[in-house]
Amino acid sequence: MSIYFLDFILLSIGLYCVLRKRNLIKIIIGLIICEYAVNLFLILIGYKLNGRSPLFSPGMEIKNMVDPLPQALVLTSIVISLATTAFVIALAVRIYQKYKTFDITKIRRLRG
Amino acid sequence: MLELNFIMLFVIIAAFIAVEMKDLLSAVVSVAAAGLGLCIMFLILKAPDIAITQLVVEIFLLIILIRATIRKDLPFSTSGRWFFNTLMTLIFLMVFLTAAYTCLKQIPQFGYPLMRVSKYYLTEGLPKTHATNLVTSILLGFRAYDTLGEATVLFTAVISVLAVMRKKGRKKIGEAEDKYEL
Amino acid sequence: MNSNGMSLIVKTVTRLTVGFIFVYGIYIVLHGHISPGGGFAGGVIIALSFVNLMLAYGKQELYHRIPKLFLALFETIGAIMFLGIAILGFMSGYFFYDWFVSKGKPFTIFSAGTIPLSNIAIALKVSSGLFAIFLVLVLIRVTGGTQE
Repeated sequence: MSIYFLDFILLSIGLYCVLRKRNLIKIIIGLIICEYAVNLFLILIGYKLNGRSPLFSPGMEIKNMVDPLPQALVLTSIVISLATTAFVIALAVRIYQKYKTFDITKIRRLRG
Repeated sequence: MLELNFIMLFVIIAAFIAVEMKDLLSAVVSVAAAGLGLCIMFLILKAPDIAITQLVVEIFLLIILIRATIRKDLPFSTSGRWFFNTLMTLIFLMVFLTAAYTCLKQIPQFGYPLMRVSKYYLTEGLPKTHATNLVTSILLGFRAYDTLGEATVLFTAVISVLAVMRKKGRKKIGEAEDKYEL
Repeated sequence: MNSNGMSLIVKTVTRLTVGFIFVYGIYIVLHGHISPGGGFAGGVIIALSFVNLMLAYGKQELYHRIPKLFLALFETIGAIMFLGIAILGFMSGYFFYDWFVSKGKPFTIFSAGTIPLSNIAIALKVSSGLFAIFLVLVLIRVTGGTQE
């Protein structure tokens, strides 16, 4: 129970960074921390006490494995977070080439 | 699970340092340290597939992010209306955490999952697919169309990055054209 | 990024180990249904081996030796192969397509139906896509001059 609450504190640290910071790279860092927190929460839900990892060995039967379904979902989620973060970094590099700053209060000209 | 709490504290401290540092390169290295702590947590939670994927994906993001942050002429940012905005954000986060606490009492206790859907995968996974890695047999066998969607998202991201970083963008009349070199 | 690459120690160690990293990535892809790993992690490791080579030797030497046609070719081959496997299952009514690729015994490489083929397709797509992202994001700088 306390693990879940610590995980939500991690999510709120990331959320604070996205909301309050002015530098574009800090906003990207906050986004990455939010994604870490969400992936961790999904795997924490599927953990069984004294369980085994969901792999078979020769000559054993199924007993006491952790839940394999959230692990499949989190694998998809990690790869999608890689894709979106790479795209956001490409946007940030291009914004720096155009406006010579990362400060979001100075990026005003929306038309070209 | 006492060691889980300790490593979670390490991840929270690393995330907090990453948020508050003024130097961008140190903040990026801090995020990478948080990702490493997260990978160790995945190993303790008996998920080796996820640990391998998280480690290599975080290394790749670190390489790209360091390229975007090494600059010699970063301007300092000024701030106005600082106190009111921070207070409203902290009040919102307190409300969010209180609501999360009351909701977290309803889900099953840590370590005793429900596993209604996974009972089918645990008993029928090996006879139907003959693959001994259950996560792969779910990901590429029972739920393969979700993986098709994920491959599409990755493909779209590659095309989008190549489209954003092209040579010519639209520019205002009279502005000098950017030139690139390798 | 230094155009001449890093020091001599880094170049020598990279030259000795980059082959092992590449083969390790292929091992993780091929054994995706027996041990942890799979197509995504293996594909990223293969891309990282090329990134390692590029970072150690500098961009001036290596950039002109990369056949850029192959990157786009491998990515589209991977995507079409995975799409073909998906559509085959859709058209014939069940997933594992037993009479196309046999299921075999567990714990061997040639088992588990179409799962190793899907792993190879995903690894091709992910590795070439991520290497293309790295080339575009890290190697282009704004100064005077012309672009390729």
